[in-house]
Amino acid sequence: MRKNLNVIAAYSIMMGLIILVGIFQSWNVALSIFNLCLISAVMTMGANIQWGYAGLINFGIMGFTALGGLAAVLISVDPVQEAWSAGGYNILFSLFLIIAMVLAVRYILKNYKKSKNRTYIVAAIIILGIIIIRFISEPGIEAIEDVEPAKTGFLGGLGLPIIFSWVVGAFFAGGLAFVIGKVALGLRADYLAIATLLISEIVIAIIKHEDWLTRGVKNVIGLKRPAPYEVNLQQTDWFINLVEKYNSNKLNLFTDLTERQAALNQLVIEGSSVFVKLCYSGLFLVVVIILLILTQKALYSPWGRMMRAIRDNEEAANAMGKNVVKQHLLIFVLGSAIVGIAGAMLVTQDGLFTPGSYRPLRYTFLIWVMVIVGGSGNNFGAILGGFVVWFLWIEAAPIGLYLVNLTTAGLDDTHFLKVHLIESVPYFRFLLMGVGLLIIMRYRPKGILPEKIEIK
Amino acid sequence: MDFVNAIILLLNYIFVPALAYGSQLALGAIFVTLIYGILRFANFATGDMMSFGTMFVILFTWYFQSVGISLGVFPTALLAIPFAVIFMVGYMLIIDKFVFKYYRIKKSPPVQLAMVSIGVMFVTQAVVRIIIGPSDRRFFDGEKFLIKAGEFKEMTGLNEGLAIKSTQVITIIVTLILVSTLFWFLNKTKTGKSMRAYSDNEDLALLSGIDPKKIVMTTWVIAGILATIGGALYGLDKSFKPFTYFNNMLPIFAAAIVGGIGNPFGAFLGGYVIAFSEILLTYAYKKFFMYVLPESMEPDGLIQLLSTDYKFAVSFSILVIVLLYRPSGIFKGKVL
Repeated sequence: MRKNLNVIAAYSIMMGLIILVGIFQSWNVALSIFNLCLISAVMTMGANIQWGYAGLINFGIMGFTALGGLAAVLISVDPVQEAWSAGGYNILFSLFLIIAMVLAVRYILKNYKKSKNRTYIVAAIIILGIIIIRFISEPGIEAIEDVEPAKTGFLGGLGLPIIFSWVVGAFFAGGLAFVIGKVALGLRADYLAIATLLISEIVIAIIKHEDWLTRGVKNVIGLKRPAPYEVNLQQTDWFINLVEKYNSNKLNLFTDLTERQAALNQLVIEGSSVFVKLCYSGLFLVVVIILLILTQKALYSPWGRMMRAIRDNEEAANAMGKNVVKQHLLIFVLGSAIVGIAGAMLVTQDGLFTPGSYRPLRYTFLIWVMVIVGGSGNNFGAILGGFVVWFLWIEAAPIGLYLVNLTTAGLDDTHFLKVHLIESVPYFRFLLMGVGLLIIMRYRPKGILPEKIEIK
Repeated sequence: MDFVNAIILLLNYIFVPALAYGSQLALGAIFVTLIYGILRFANFATGDMMSFGTMFVILFTWYFQSVGISLGVFPTALLAIPFAVIFMVGYMLIIDKFVFKYYRIKKSPPVQLAMVSIGVMFVTQAVVRIIIGPSDRRFFDGEKFLIKAGEFKEMTGLNEGLAIKSTQVITIIVTLILVSTLFWFLNKTKTGKSMRAYSDNEDLALLSGIDPKKIVMTTWVIAGILATIGGALYGLDKSFKPFTYFNNMLPIFAAAIVGGIGNPFGAFLGGYVIAFSEILLTYAYKKFFMYVLPESMEPDGLIQLLSTDYKFAVSFSILVIVLLYRPSGIFKGKVL
């Protein structure tokens, strides 16, 4: 108990801050911050597994998040029958060709010795394959994108409940991580960072521009929800009764019946959105707790000890007979899969998929700030980092506005400097993040809750 | 005649733009590679440092325009660059003193310095956006074209016009002057030689009495000049937008690695490799084949290898291929 005091203190302060937002701003804002904190926490756990456990830099978090989001679309949207009949066969055939191409290349690489001829043949297969696939897929893609472009214009998904996508998102992200890991993991740390950053940009480029699969920048809106809809809630009796019971003190103050009814309606509308957010919070909390238990177990298992050994001294671990390459690949895939879950959760919560909104600053670098600030190698630290940084990221604008008003209080309201500063309040969050990261890196390089290794 | 037309077409749409874009990338790539070679970390604040320098160029350009100073046919920005460089170098030295120096003296691993550079990236981005705002800005003035497409057609009687923007010519000339001065400096002067020695083997350089402080300072000064001029040229040619500059970091990194990181000459050529392959692979060749092939064989489609949306994909694929077959880059840099 005593040694965990700082963890408990840090988390209680964080919760207190969120509750303060609930009291002073509104419970709606507080809960939406809380939900995104939970999603950020899942992402930081993924990044923390890679960086904190194994020392692998992954700057491709954005790409894995987007793949998770894509999974949410492909699982939950109803299939567009017309599009399937218009171009489905071409797409399936192209897919088959891609698989065949990959298998052929693998076969050649495996069974022939390295030589110039082999390189040329592999290159020829890839180039020819791409040309053939383009010829086959082009008419299919055009046909699919012509099917009611304003409403669909894509293949749609499987029409399953969106919750399944959290698992599928993990598989998508893990699959991509496997491919990247095979190519790039042997390289030095800072090179891996650049490579993953570039790959995530490519993933986004593909998602943005392959309209037949994702609708691209036209966005997919109105995804299914695992939680009830506000509009439906506002008409269900048990919910209205619940709100009435919960607010009975407040409502009893009204003597006039119509006034009371109006107040109740207002409360029901507010309550419904809070209730929906609470549902999401519950779902996300379950995921966070499960992942936390699993990662904690892994950290203190023999496997976790091996990962730390590899992180701290690769050569020594290698000499002890640990397969460093394989373990690196495994942990890269695992961490990315967790990020994929977070991506699917994010799209589930928003109810829409907007490929244009994936930007490296928000989805890669901010997550890294969270991990470093919170404490790499410590799961509680990483989660706390997700909470603290996301809280500051949202509340930086109000804080910035307050500070600007305070420092420029002597100036006229129309003074150009004041107007300019107030306009640029949204960018104070970048400043806050940067300065925060630099200070933490300098004075507390292990983060708020540093890694603690207990030998049990 | 058709053949000449085809050549002019390629010159107009591929060669000239790629040369200009490549020069801009090359300056950035040399910046990355110098920092990597001498200070030994991957600088993720590259794009934002470039936008910081460009911001000062724009501010000075506005100032000169408001007091009525101009260079006639040349853009006023050229006059603003030296002043902007002073501010930029000052900013870099301040950052180095307060941020990077601590980790350098502590001999932190490069990964930690890369993380620190992310902090610098956030701060720089915030400063740029707070001072000048996130919107798109054009600050080009003076004569826009050296040769206009219409004039060229009249002059030669060809079907295809060749338009050369003055910014493209300025970019190429300034880059050539800057890069040749830099190579002269690195290869012939004492400071330049000691910089290369320091990059090659730090301990040996220190043993032979090279002052690391001076080396680091010179590196930041050169980096500041490169970043400001590279950023300003890009902004003159296209436009200035902080977000675009941040994204330009990716092809710049690709160029530096393809050329062999730590090798300035490789980075210089790497810039052109990336620019040419991006444009060559995403150009629609339909018109070219219409000129070259007889009428009966004219192509139906656009004959575009990749859609222009996949520019980044091109630079990355080159990176992967280079790394698989020559991990140290085309022109032997440090082995990654």
